[in-house]
Amino acid sequence: MYKSLADAIRDAEARGVPLSTVALEAESADGGRTIADIRHALARALHVMRGAITQGQDPDLRSSSGLVGGDAAKLISGPDGPLAGTLFRDVLMRALAVQEVNAAMGVIVAAPTAGGAGVLPAVLTGLAKAKNIPDDKVIDALATAGLIGAVVAERASLSGAEGGCQAETGAAAGMAAGAAVEMLGGTPSQSGHATALAQQGTLGLVCDPLGGLVELPCVFRNATGAAIALAAIEMAMAGITFAIPADEVIDTMGEIGKAMDVRYRETAGGGLAATPTGRRLAKERLVQIKRAEG
Amino acid sequence: MVSLLDIIGPVMVGPSSSHTAGACRLGLLARGLVGGTPQTARIELHGSFARTGEGHGTDKAIAGGLMGFRPDDERLRTALDIMEREGLDYTFEKTTLGDDTDVHPNTVRISVTRNDRTAVMQGSSLGAGRVLVTQIDGYPVEVTGNLHTIVLVAEDVKGSVARIATLLADAELNIATLRLTRKQRGGDAFMVIEIDEQPGEAVRDTIRALPWVRWAFRLDKVGAA
Repeated sequence: MYKSLADAIRDAEARGVPLSTVALEAESADGGRTIADIRHALARALHVMRGAITQGQDPDLRSSSGLVGGDAAKLISGPDGPLAGTLFRDVLMRALAVQEVNAAMGVIVAAPTAGGAGVLPAVLTGLAKAKNIPDDKVIDALATAGLIGAVVAERASLSGAEGGCQAETGAAAGMAAGAAVEMLGGTPSQSGHATALAQQGTLGLVCDPLGGLVELPCVFRNATGAAIALAAIEMAMAGITFAIPADEVIDTMGEIGKAMDVRYRETAGGGLAATPTGRRLAKERLVQIKRAEG
Repeated sequence: MVSLLDIIGPVMVGPSSSHTAGACRLGLLARGLVGGTPQTARIELHGSFARTGEGHGTDKAIAGGLMGFRPDDERLRTALDIMEREGLDYTFEKTTLGDDTDVHPNTVRISVTRNDRTAVMQGSSLGAGRVLVTQIDGYPVEVTGNLHTIVLVAEDVKGSVARIATLLADAELNIATLRLTRKQRGGDAFMVIEIDEQPGEAVRDTIRALPWVRWAFRLDKVGAA
C-alpha cells in the first residue's frame, strides 16, 4: 500500500485513472486478493454502513449509559434550521445516526475506527443519494478512502489514544473529503487538496470522552467532522488548492499527536471529560450501567 | 503493512474496536483453548478494561466470544442475558495484573473450564481490534489470532518439532510461524504454530495421539476476514 498520497496521486494522474484504481491494485498486489474480491468486501461494508444509518434514525435509540441517542431523529423530524431540506442537514443526520448506533452496541464499520465511524458513511452515502451516484462509484470511493486512511496510519496514527480525535474523526474527515471528490468527478490532485483542507481543519483536536466512553462528544464530533469534510469538498471542487501537501498535513497531525498531553488522548483526564459537568455525568451514568446490569 | 480493508473495517458491534471487538476476539481465543463454549469462566479485567469496560460492553464482548459469537454478531449486546439463560457460570472481576510498563492497559486473564479441560489465558487488545495472547497456562506465548493456530504442550523430547512439522506437511498445511517455549530445561515444551490453511480436526487428533503430547488445541483465525 502507498505510504504517500503524493505518490498515489502521481501514479494515478500519469495513467489517467482515479485514485481508487491505484489503491485497489496496490491492495491486490499486497494481499494477493483479487480486485473483485476486495470490492466485494467494500460492498459489504457499504451495506453495513447504510444499515447503521437506517437503524440510527430511531428516536428511541439510546447508548448503554443513556448519555447519547435519538438526536439523529431530531434532524429528520425536529424543527427546521437554516439548512432544512439540504444535503448538509442530511449528512449531519447520517453521521449522528451511525455513531449513535455504535454507542448502542449496534453493528457498524470501523472506518477508520469505531469512534470515527460516522463521518465516511455520512458524507459518501449522503452525497450519493443527493447526486444519484451509483453504488459502483461509492464502492470505488471507499477504496480511495481506505488508501488515504492507510497513508495516515503509516505516517501518523489512527488511534485516539495515540493522537487524539484528530487521528480519528480528523482522519475520517480527510478520508471522506478525498474519496468524495473522486466520486463527484474531481481529479486525484483535487482529492489530495480536499484531504489536506479537511485535515488542516481538525489539527489539534483532542480526544476527551466523558468517562472514557465512545459517546460524548464522539457522536457530535462525527457530525462536525462530516461538516468539515463537506466544506473541504466544496472548496476543492471549486478549484481551491491548499499550499501544504496532504502528506505534510498528515505528518503534522502525527507530530501534534505525539506532543499531546496524555490527558487529551482518550484517558478522560482532560478536556470536556474533566469539566465539572463531564465528571458528574460520567459518574452518574457509570452507576446507571452497573445498576442496569445488576 | 497497512491493508485498505483494515481501514474500511472491521464490520463490528460498537462502541470500541479495542474494548469491544478486540475483547470479543480474546474471548473467542480462550474458547478455542477448551475446544468449545466453556461452562465456567473467571474473567479478570485489568487497566482500562477494568475502568471503562462496562460502558464499552467489554464484559458482554468477552462473554459473547466465549460463547462463539464473532465481533460483528449482534447477539453481543445481549450476551450476558444469553449466558445466564444457557446456565453458564462466568464471573467478572477487576484486578491488577502488573504495572503499566509490563502489562498493556487493555488486558484480561480468562480462566476457562469445559468438561475435564481447563485453561488460563492472558491477552491484550492492542487497538483497532487487534489482539495478542501473551500467556497460556503460565507459558509465555505470542498468538495474534490472525492465522489459524495450533497450540500444544509436549514433553521435552528430541525431534518433537521435526515430527510435528512433518505431520503438518503431510496434511498439506503450510507453517507460517512456529514458536517453542519451555519453563525449564527438560520441562514441558509449549508450541505455538501458525498455519496458513485451516487445520482439520483429524490433524489435531493425530497430534493429540502422539505419546509425548500432553494436550493440543486448534484455535480458529479470529482476525479480520
